[in-house]
Amino acid sequence: MRPEPVFEAPWHAQLFALTVHLNEAGHFAWSDWAERFGATLKRHGLEKELNGGDDYFMAWLATLETLLTETGAAEATALRDMRAAWEAAYLRTPHGAPVTLD
Amino acid sequence: MGGKGGLGLWTIDGGAAHDRVMPHDHSDHDHPHSLLPPDPALRVKALETILTQKGLIDPAALDEIIDTYENKIGPKNGAHVVARAWSDPDFKAALLENADPVLAEMGYYGRQGEHMVVVENTESVHNVIVCTLCSCYPWPLLGIPPGWYKSDAYRARAVREPRKVLAEFGVTLHKEQAVRVWDSTAEVRYLVLPKRPEGTDDMDEAALTALVTRDSMIGCGLAARP
Repeated sequence: MRPEPVFEAPWHAQLFALTVHLNEAGHFAWSDWAERFGATLKRHGLEKELNGGDDYFMAWLATLETLLTETGAAEATALRDMRAAWEAAYLRTPHGAPVTLD
Repeated sequence: MGGKGGLGLWTIDGGAAHDRVMPHDHSDHDHPHSLLPPDPALRVKALETILTQKGLIDPAALDEIIDTYENKIGPKNGAHVVARAWSDPDFKAALLENADPVLAEMGYYGRQGEHMVVVENTESVHNVIVCTLCSCYPWPLLGIPPGWYKSDAYRARAVREPRKVLAEFGVTLHKEQAVRVWDSTAEVRYLVLPKRPEGTDDMDEAALTALVTRDSMIGCGLAARP
């Protein structure tokens, strides 16, 4: 069998694991997740035919962000600020050094 | 690397002579700073950081989950089940009758494999698995689904024109062979028991396992010939 990477990008793997972990910690039922995710895929798929890689995980990410902001686990503004903080961290960290927030 | 950074920039060249932002610069400059990950990767990091700070997740658990699916769980598990079913008629009968206790006994249960149904390919029926809603898939037996299983193209076409899809996978069926498409859900997941290839009568279970491909257990392939 030709070996294929299980996840095409590291963030696909992180996002997958994060979702599975939250489900197992009892934050949402998997059936609820599948329903929401299916709805997002359908919505995203109206504009273009989604591939099973980045497109698929973009829909996954949008679903999880919405779910967590709805449950109050993560506020939308806090997510935006934290994303900006990580971006700033990458931009100020010399290449090869570990990227940290502080 | 796709050009979808949130700010539309990838590289800031730090040299004094050209100290300027270079949008969509994909060339092989030295990177004075770390390469900025794509927008979704930053959003995932943001989620992780916030949830970790709130004590809602354990980062070590994430690594464990990734390691499990990258290295430990995969189609080998399903192949083991299929090879045993080919070798042991009683096991096969029990598996087709009620898969859950049989799989639990083999240790293949849990996460997205809570309720399994095994469907057998025969001379008269060829089974195919899809998830039209999202990408439900028997993780304990097959691991994480391949990209094509998750694509819109497969999810829509497997139901609409399964014979054509199968032909594209290189599987041509007899006219009299019916195709059954099983739509997986969060509650029920399927595994195809492929036909045992000819010329394998003298092979033992271990040798047979090597013939069972992932795609054959989705129904988009046949077991390999020895």
